Amino acid sequence: MIKARINDLPVEVPEGTTILDAARQVQVCIPTLCKHRDLLSTAACGICIVRNKGGNKMIRACCTPLENGMEITTHDRDIVEVRRSTLELILSNHPNGCLTCERNGECELQKLAADFNINQEAIKRYVKETPPDTSTGSIVIDFTKCIKCGRCIQVCQEMQDVWALSFLERGINTRMAPAGDITLAESPCVKCGQCSAHCPTGAIVENDETQTIWEALHDPNKVCVVQIAPSVRVTVGEAFGLPPGTNLTRKLYSALRRLGFKAVFDTNFAADVTIVEEASEFIERFAHKRGALPLITSCCPSWTDFMEKNHWDFIDNFSTAKSPQQMLGVLAKTYYAEKLGIDPAKLYMVSIMPCTAKKYELTRTEEMYASGFKDVDVAITTRELARMLKQSGIEFLSLPDAEADSLLGDYTGAGTIFGATGGVMEAAVRTAYFYATGKKLKSLDLEAVRGLQGVKEGTVDINGTPVRVAVAHGLANVEDVLNRVREAQKAGKETPYHFIEVMACPGGCIGGGGQPYGVDNERRQKRAAGLYQDDRDKQIRCSHENPEVIRLYKEFLDKPLSTKAHHLLHTRYTARPLYKR
Amino acid sequence: MISNLNHDLNGTVAVTTAPAPAAHPAGRAAAITRIVEKHGRRSSRLVPILQEVQEEFRYLPPDALALVAEKLNVAPARVFGVATFYAHFAIKPKGKHLVRLCDGTACHVKDSIPILDAIRRRLGVDARHPTTPDLMFTVETVACLGACGLAPVVVVDDQVHGAMTPAKGVALVESMIAKEAAP
Repeated sequence: MIKARINDLPVEVPEGTTILDAARQVQVCIPTLCKHRDLLSTAACGICIVRNKGGNKMIRACCTPLENGMEITTHDRDIVEVRRSTLELILSNHPNGCLTCERNGECELQKLAADFNINQEAIKRYVKETPPDTSTGSIVIDFTKCIKCGRCIQVCQEMQDVWALSFLERGINTRMAPAGDITLAESPCVKCGQCSAHCPTGAIVENDETQTIWEALHDPNKVCVVQIAPSVRVTVGEAFGLPPGTNLTRKLYSALRRLGFKAVFDTNFAADVTIVEEASEFIERFAHKRGALPLITSCCPSWTDFMEKNHWDFIDNFSTAKSPQQMLGVLAKTYYAEKLGIDPAKLYMVSIMPCTAKKYELTRTEEMYASGFKDVDVAITTRELARMLKQSGIEFLSLPDAEADSLLGDYTGAGTIFGATGGVMEAAVRTAYFYATGKKLKSLDLEAVRGLQGVKEGTVDINGTPVRVAVAHGLANVEDVLNRVREAQKAGKETPYHFIEVMACPGGCIGGGGQPYGVDNERRQKRAAGLYQDDRDKQIRCSHENPEVIRLYKEFLDKPLSTKAHHLLHTRYTARPLYKR
Repeated sequence: MISNLNHDLNGTVAVTTAPAPAAHPAGRAAAITRIVEKHGRRSSRLVPILQEVQEEFRYLPPDALALVAEKLNVAPARVFGVATFYAHFAIKPKGKHLVRLCDGTACHVKDSIPILDAIRRRLGVDARHPTTPDLMFTVETVACLGACGLAPVVVVDDQVHGAMTPAKGVALVESMIAKEAAP
């Protein structure tokens, strides 16, 4: 243990604890800008400087471990003055457009400027004009707002292993951009949006499409319907000051109707359909030996894109089942429209997703138009929904509860846990076990695949055969799992796994790139806990037992993997170049 | 891509007059493969590999960088990051002759800038476009060549010329143009 003093308060912390973390233990908050709890310190900004007694220079608290006998001062006149100068220098290179910035009110730089009481421009502003990158349609980069903290680059390279963004050049010319004068859409970017979730300013944001939705809602020729993704229900509350994990499902149903949506569906319903299709696919491959093993989940569009660019040798292993978003879209414009006698051409489907890549998924392949129309018209993130609710004048948190619309609204506990890493696997195993054995699993809780460990493994006994499953989240964790499969294939050995789930974002969708700001592991845990509570609270916890799903197959699709199901609910994959240019 | 060649000590690294760049990418591939193999395909040798590739082509064409990344099994983003970080590396083609004007403190106070302006005017180049369209000349400034006693200094290829004036600078360029034009 290290014993030292911070602002004259005694502290005792394990060796290796940074001054920044040690200070928190005595309720001292050292301001930071580049530091993020998910990431290694880069010591880029210099805001967190402190002084050690006897030392002749200021040291950065984020990357300096506390040592025995140190006497740290975190706030005195000089230190605060230096911090303020550093901040003024950063601001001199940042556009003064807070009022029209997407991050207005949620910007870490803006907050710091307010905390430091910066009320005039101390240094003449110089901002180099650079056009924004809007090429992906999922995320928008405004290079002028970049403060070169390096978070997005660490996220893109280390956490996600995507390597779309890089620091280029140096000194005053340093910039964060895709390498080689190309747009983000031409780069290896998979649109996961983790860069936007970690950016301290408005330099990387989701492509805001709220205006498109307002226009649709006011269009008398459109029948607007909406779906809510599993994870959104436990995160949207954060934008209204509620703790992470607060389940607002029924308030959301209410609020969306008040916004003007004619029907409110739940993506959880489609998650149940995805499981019925995917579990049937698994049984086909596992029990009937038709198709490649391991089966790999495909409901995460960033993962799909990453696979098509980097691991296309696994295309045959990919589940052809569409993601819940796309399944709900196509079912609304076929099944629902048919049942209610609505012209599907007039149906306008909006989806509310935790994810920036879901915007990309809408037009991914021609199968996304299986209804004969664009199955989902527009996808917005949790952050965009929160903005719409704030604009609408609805007192969201005090709304009465409501129910989802029938036909595509009922969901089971298995559907809701799709939003957390391991959830798809757990839901699929519950149903696959039933399909293979005709019996219900003794314990529906598959604890081995829950939690935030990067790669999780588990075994389930199905008819005396051990089914080995693996779950990876955060794209940097994928390669090891796939390499184990490749090595076994090469050596002619049995596959190490039968079923693999991958989610691009750490924590799964609850940690998605479009979720409310400020994510870290503590928050991911609380959000996931909210979903697992929802699962426990549900009477029905297996997808194949969902009464509306049973009705869907009886009255419309016939049976899982039927020709009609294949036409509407399945898709294909193609190898794509890593760089388009 | 804007190369950051100005105001840096690294600019003093000698750039010899290399053979004309291999125009066809296929020709490049063979040279790059040879260089990467020579360094055992080790990504830790990225900087010396890029130095040799640049010696070969006089600059680092984007497709060459992409090929280096592929051969070393590292992300192109990393190779571009390194290639744009060091002032020594050029992402845009450089001329056959490199004219470097010292703008270190000593040269600057002895009026180096008018010399630079005169040479640039004569060759029709500027800071953003430092290379003549015929790829014959590139004009750069460097921070200090360590020859302050001779200030102001112009270095053409590897020849140092001291006590320059705008007129002498232009004459120097004229003589090189004449030499190139000679049969």
